[in-house]
Amino acid sequence: MHTKISGAEILIESLKKEGVKYIFGYPGGVVLNIFDVLYADKDLRLILTRHEQGAVHAADGYARASGKVGVALVTSGPGATNTVTGIATASMDSIPLVVFSGQVPTLLIGNDAFQEADIVGITRPCTKYNFLVKDVNDLSRTVKEAFYIASSGRPGPVLIDLPKDVTAGKAEFTWPEIDMRSYKPTYEGNRWMITQAAHLMAKSKKPVIIAGGGVIISGASKELKELAEYTDIPVTMTLMGLGGFPGSHKLSLGMLGMHGTYYANKAVQDSDLIIAIGMRFDDRVTGKVDAFAPHAKIIHIDIDPTSIKKNVRVDVPIVGDVKRVLTVMNKVLKEEVKEQWDEVRKAWLKQIDAWQAERPLTYTYSDEVIKPQFVVERIYELTKGDAIITTEVGQNQMWTAQFYKFDKPRTLLTSGGLGTMGYGFPAAIGAQFAHPEKLVIDIAGDGSIQMNIQELATAVINKLPVKVAILNNRYLGMVRQWQELFFEERYSHTKLNETVPDFVKIAEAYGAVGLRATKPSEVEPVLKEAFRIKRTVFMDFVVDWKEKVYPMVPAGAPIDQMLFEQVEKKPEKKLKAVK
Amino acid sequence: MRHTISVLVENKFGVLSRISGLFSGRGYNIESLSVGETTDPQISIMTIVTTGDDWVIEQITKQLNKLIDIIKVTDMTELDHVEREMVLVKVAPKQENKAEVLNLTEIFRGRIVDSSQKTYTIEITGDEKKIAAFVELMRPMGIKEFVRTGKVAITREGVKKK
Repeated sequence: MHTKISGAEILIESLKKEGVKYIFGYPGGVVLNIFDVLYADKDLRLILTRHEQGAVHAADGYARASGKVGVALVTSGPGATNTVTGIATASMDSIPLVVFSGQVPTLLIGNDAFQEADIVGITRPCTKYNFLVKDVNDLSRTVKEAFYIASSGRPGPVLIDLPKDVTAGKAEFTWPEIDMRSYKPTYEGNRWMITQAAHLMAKSKKPVIIAGGGVIISGASKELKELAEYTDIPVTMTLMGLGGFPGSHKLSLGMLGMHGTYYANKAVQDSDLIIAIGMRFDDRVTGKVDAFAPHAKIIHIDIDPTSIKKNVRVDVPIVGDVKRVLTVMNKVLKEEVKEQWDEVRKAWLKQIDAWQAERPLTYTYSDEVIKPQFVVERIYELTKGDAIITTEVGQNQMWTAQFYKFDKPRTLLTSGGLGTMGYGFPAAIGAQFAHPEKLVIDIAGDGSIQMNIQELATAVINKLPVKVAILNNRYLGMVRQWQELFFEERYSHTKLNETVPDFVKIAEAYGAVGLRATKPSEVEPVLKEAFRIKRTVFMDFVVDWKEKVYPMVPAGAPIDQMLFEQVEKKPEKKLKAVK
Repeated sequence: MRHTISVLVENKFGVLSRISGLFSGRGYNIESLSVGETTDPQISIMTIVTTGDDWVIEQITKQLNKLIDIIKVTDMTELDHVEREMVLVKVAPKQENKAEVLNLTEIFRGRIVDSSQKTYTIEITGDEKKIAAFVELMRPMGIKEFVRTGKVAITREGVKKK
C-alpha cells in the first residue's frame, strides 16, 4: 500500500487507532481540513461546544468519568488561547487529555500572522508535554506519543499544534511502534521500602491513611479498602481522593484540610504515622506546613517522585503506581508482618469516635430558608449516591465534598488543584457522553455557572439529561465568607444580587427546562421533578446567602485550629451528616 | 550550597525553554548554563550551576528528571569530577602595567588571543577559584569587557593502583 492521504485524514485515522469516540471542539480557519474530514466520518463524533474552554473541560469531564483520554480540537490563536484554563485545570489534577490546536502554515509561524499564537510556548508550563508538528510524516507518531505520554505515569494534558499545511499535506499512513528513551515512568515500588512501610504500619498506635486522587487514577480503590480493613487504619481523603474509599465506610473520616472534618484533621495532627497514598500535600491539606502532623512518621506513595518531599518531610518514600504498590503491601502485611493490632487500634478508633461526637459535621436546618447543605444532602439521599457529581468552585464545591458521601471512584469530578470556576457544567456534559445512562449533576453556584453558561446550547442540542443544581446565594459566596471573617464584612465586589439572571428563563431560552425552589419544602419536589425529566434541567435553589462553609481552617493556621459555626440560639432541629 | 548539575537531553527545539521555564516557574536560581551537542547529534548536554539547600537541589534534580525530553540528570557535586570554565577578558592597561598583564597571563597559563595598541584580550580556562583570582588581579589593570562560557563538568574516572 502506497496510498497517500492528507494530514487531516492521518489525524483522524490515528485517533481511531487510539479508540477515540468523541472529540470536543470548535472550528476555525486553520483546522478546516480536519473538520472537513470529520464531516463525512461516521465513527468519530465531534461535539461542538460553544466556547473552547468548554470543549477542554468537557474532554476533561469525559476523561475523569471514563478513565480514558479526553480529546479536544480547536483552531489557532484565540481558539488555542481559550483552551489554556482547561489545560491548566487538567494539569493540576493529573487528567489525561490530548488537545489539538490549529496553527498558521509553517512558513508563516513567527510572522504575527492572522490568528497566530505561540500556543506551544504558552502551554509549556501547563502541559505534561507539547508538540509542534512540522512534517506530515511525523503526524501519526506524534499522536501516538501524545496519547502515551498523556495516559502513562502521572497522567496529564498534552497539546499538539498542527500547522495548516501539515493537515493539508499528504503522506502514507503508518502506525509506528514508539519507544521514548527519555520517558520511562516508574510503576513498581521498591520492595524493601514497601516492607519497611508495612512494619511501620504494624507497629503504629495511631496511624491514618490520607488517600488522594492517585488512588482513583490508578484504579486502586479495592486495594486501598483491603489495606484499610485488614489493618483497621482510618482513611481520610483529599478533595481529589473522594470516592477512592467509600465515604460511608466506618473507617472513613471524610475529607481533611481547610474545610475537612474536625475528626479527620485531629486524627492527622495526633497521628504517629501517616500513610499518604497518591496525594501531594497541597497547602489546602496541610495548613501551616511546619505544624503539620508533628508526631507522625510519613510513608508517601506516589508515582511522581517530585511529589515526594516537596512540601513535607518523608520517612519512607515509595515511588510507584498506587495499585501495584498497595497490592504488594497487602501481600507483605498478610504474609510477612502478621502482627496483631486489634487492641492498639481499638483505642485509636475510640479516640477518633470521641472527636467525631465532639464536633460532627453539621449545619443548622431552617424551615424558612433553604440551606445549601440541605440541597446537597437531599441530592445524596435521592440519588442514593448513584450519580456522577461535578462541581464548580467555591462554597458549592466544599458543601458537596462535605455532605455528599462518595462511595465509588470517578463519581466526583471537580477542579481541585487549579480551582476553576466554570468547570462543572462542561465537565458534566463530557461525563454524560462517557456514561449516557447515568444521572449526571453539576452542583453549582450562581457565580460559577455564569462562567460557562453558554454550554446550555451544547447540552440541549445533544439531548443530554444533565442536571444543574444552582445553589443561588446571590454572592460569590466563598470570597464573601472570607470577607466576612477576615475583612470586617467589607463585601468588595462579591455581591451579585440584582444582576443574577433568572436562571429558569435562561434555561428555557436555550430550550432546556428551568425549575426553582425558594422554600425548603420545595427542594425535594424540584429535585424529583428534575431527575424524572430526561432533558437538560437547571434548578435554581434560592439559598440562605449568609451560610458559610464550616469547619474552616484560616489560611496559614495548623489544620486542627478550626473555626466552627456559631449557633446563637438553640436550633429547632439539628441535622447531622453521617460521617 | 552551589551545585553543578549535568543534564543529558534530546536535541529538540524548545528543550532549553522547558528547562529555563522550569527554573523560573518554580523560583530556582540558574547561576550559569551551558549547552552543546554530544558525540551523538541527537543528544545535547547541559551543565547547570544552581544554588539551594538539599531540599531544593533534590527537587531540582527530580523536576528535571520529570521533563519528558531529559534523558539523564547527574548532580556532579556529589561525584568526583572536573569543572572548567573559560573567560575572555579585554583589558586596557596603562603602559606601565602592560608587563604585569603579560606576566599574570603567563602565570595563569592564559593566552593572549587579540591585542591592539591599547588592549589585550586574554583567554583563561580553569575552575572557579582560578578564574576569580585572575579577574581580581586584572581588575586594577582596567577591565574593559568580560565574557564567560559558564561551567562545563565531567566525572573523573578512578585510576586503579597496580
